[in-house]
Amino acid sequence: MPTLTYRDALNQALREEMQRDGNVFLMGEEVGVYQGAYKVSRGLLEEFGPMRVVDTPIAELGFAGIGVGAAMAGLRPVIEFMTWNFAVLALDQIVNSAAKILYESGGQLPIPIVFRGPNGAALQLGAQHSQAWESWLSHIPGLKVVAPATPADAKGLLKAAIRDDNPVIVLEGEMLYNTKGEVPEGEYVVPIGQADVKRTGQDVTLICHSKTVSVALKAAEQLAEEGVSAEVVDLRSLRPLDEATITGSVAKTNRAVVVEEGWPHCGIGAQVVDVIQREAFDHLDAPVLRVTQADVPMPYNKQLERLAKPSPEKVVAAARRVLYLD
Amino acid sequence: MTSATAQPKADQTQVELARRMLRQMLLIRRFEEKAAEAYALGKIGGFCHLYIGQEAVAAGSLAALRLDDYVISSYREHGQALVRGVPAKAAMAELYGKATGCSKGKGGSMHLFDAAKRFMGGHGIVGGHVPLATGIGFAIKYQGGDQVCLCYFGEAAVNIGAFHEALNMASVYHLPVIFCCENNRYGMGTAFERVAAVTDVVEHACSYDMAAELVNGMDALAVYAATQRAVERARQGGHPTLLEVRTYRFMGHSMSDPLHGVYRTKDEVEEQKKRDPITQLVAKLKDDAALDQAGLDALDAEVRAEVEDAVKFADESPDPEPAELFTHVLSD
Repeated sequence: MPTLTYRDALNQALREEMQRDGNVFLMGEEVGVYQGAYKVSRGLLEEFGPMRVVDTPIAELGFAGIGVGAAMAGLRPVIEFMTWNFAVLALDQIVNSAAKILYESGGQLPIPIVFRGPNGAALQLGAQHSQAWESWLSHIPGLKVVAPATPADAKGLLKAAIRDDNPVIVLEGEMLYNTKGEVPEGEYVVPIGQADVKRTGQDVTLICHSKTVSVALKAAEQLAEEGVSAEVVDLRSLRPLDEATITGSVAKTNRAVVVEEGWPHCGIGAQVVDVIQREAFDHLDAPVLRVTQADVPMPYNKQLERLAKPSPEKVVAAARRVLYLD
Repeated sequence: MTSATAQPKADQTQVELARRMLRQMLLIRRFEEKAAEAYALGKIGGFCHLYIGQEAVAAGSLAALRLDDYVISSYREHGQALVRGVPAKAAMAELYGKATGCSKGKGGSMHLFDAAKRFMGGHGIVGGHVPLATGIGFAIKYQGGDQVCLCYFGEAAVNIGAFHEALNMASVYHLPVIFCCENNRYGMGTAFERVAAVTDVVEHACSYDMAAELVNGMDALAVYAATQRAVERARQGGHPTLLEVRTYRFMGHSMSDPLHGVYRTKDEVEEQKKRDPITQLVAKLKDDAALDQAGLDALDAEVRAEVEDAVKFADESPDPEPAELFTHVLSD
């Protein structure tokens, strides 16, 4: 199986879907001539031309709305945000148009659209450029939300998102674009709504998604050195949430730590904890703990930024607590 | 010789068009009057924005469209929906929130949809649907079609960013979109000149290198002619147009707003009513000897009966089943 970067896996998914379906087009800032701010769209303008790889002005609300309008008239737009931080300007179109038109039209107008781009903190970009938006977006009925952690999942989930008849949010990781992994060639679709056990274990479940999967896997390695067997559940899809996989794992390990890049208040982890207390209450041997970004705007200073982010050490510490090792 | 034979034919077409528009305008007027009554009786809930006074805009502009063109509007869209061919029964039932409504009772007054008629909705966030119109225009160009998208919004939407982003991109991408600003002078209770540095909406077209036209919105035939020119530009070369149609609403902003409120005088409203678009069109048809009082009475009786039927239909229709709560959240 070929090894690809996360970036090239996304590129492959886009190219294959655009080859497969003439209604699929890519629109966003710098996607064409510049070849993508993060080079996800490299080569697509040359292959598909400017009608299908459309450079836009810096006008997130406007081009998100164009995408929704195009979907209303039968196309399958992929809207790229240079980062999800900028997509906040487009929330009216995502929340009030894309997510609601099917319902408020009584089922007449499906909106098959993908909104994608990097999410979460990178390195020292400061408060406005270092935010994780998944709990905002996952709150909205009418949307699906996925957050792939590996190149294979990036390809498979983006293909699933493009083929879905609903608005799908694809949260990519800015720090993941250069990561490498094996990616199946050609037809490879990861169904939306299925978590993936990235490491099996018996003693504690580490629940994570996107960039925090690598954090949890590192934590699991450290825990293994201490003789603790941790299971790593990659949610992959945040809406719908794969409740069965979460509860199945907790039923086995009886303990859980939820890791995310977002802030703690009303975060994804809070939703996961709700699932666990509701569906796996009798299996729990300890309160579920969460590891999140510190409840502050992201600082610029490197040391402070490191302190603000989830880390393997923080996850190990939380795991030790739920195991009553500390 | 050719022109001598063609001339009466053209006139006849014009008369038929005017009569058709008059019927549509009367239908809107009677429909909205009944909606107001039903609202007062508690049969219609939520927000309900009436179109009385603005009928010439919907009737005039939509007469210039083909059935395969697209129409999209704001939350003051009952009139456009009716003219576009959404049956009065389905529209009234939607206002009543009934299962037989054009959006199955899930949209309400602000969200009338009829995809088969290419009526792409009433939308509730001021200006939010203007980029959708540009997107529909984009899809038309992408698919190689020669349709147009006609987008209605009020003058208050001109102050919002979405309007500017949408116009800029429609022009940059050469899209067949007609932006029809219904300038009724008040955004809710705020006079446009109190909140807009530029009060001639057409002026904004300069910023986007777009054709524009200022239109008397109380004259259905003038609205028709201007829209026809815009449609021509759109079909021929994908050139968008900004129309500023000056009109006036005789009712409050919504049913919770009294007729003239504190933001405008009763005198002003009464003065504007002298420009009533229906009265003007009736006068023109009578002048042209194309309509007499008996004909008008018959037409009015016909639309009143249609609206009565719609009210009866809405009243007798069932509510959506409880299970409908969870349908159409996602497409299967």
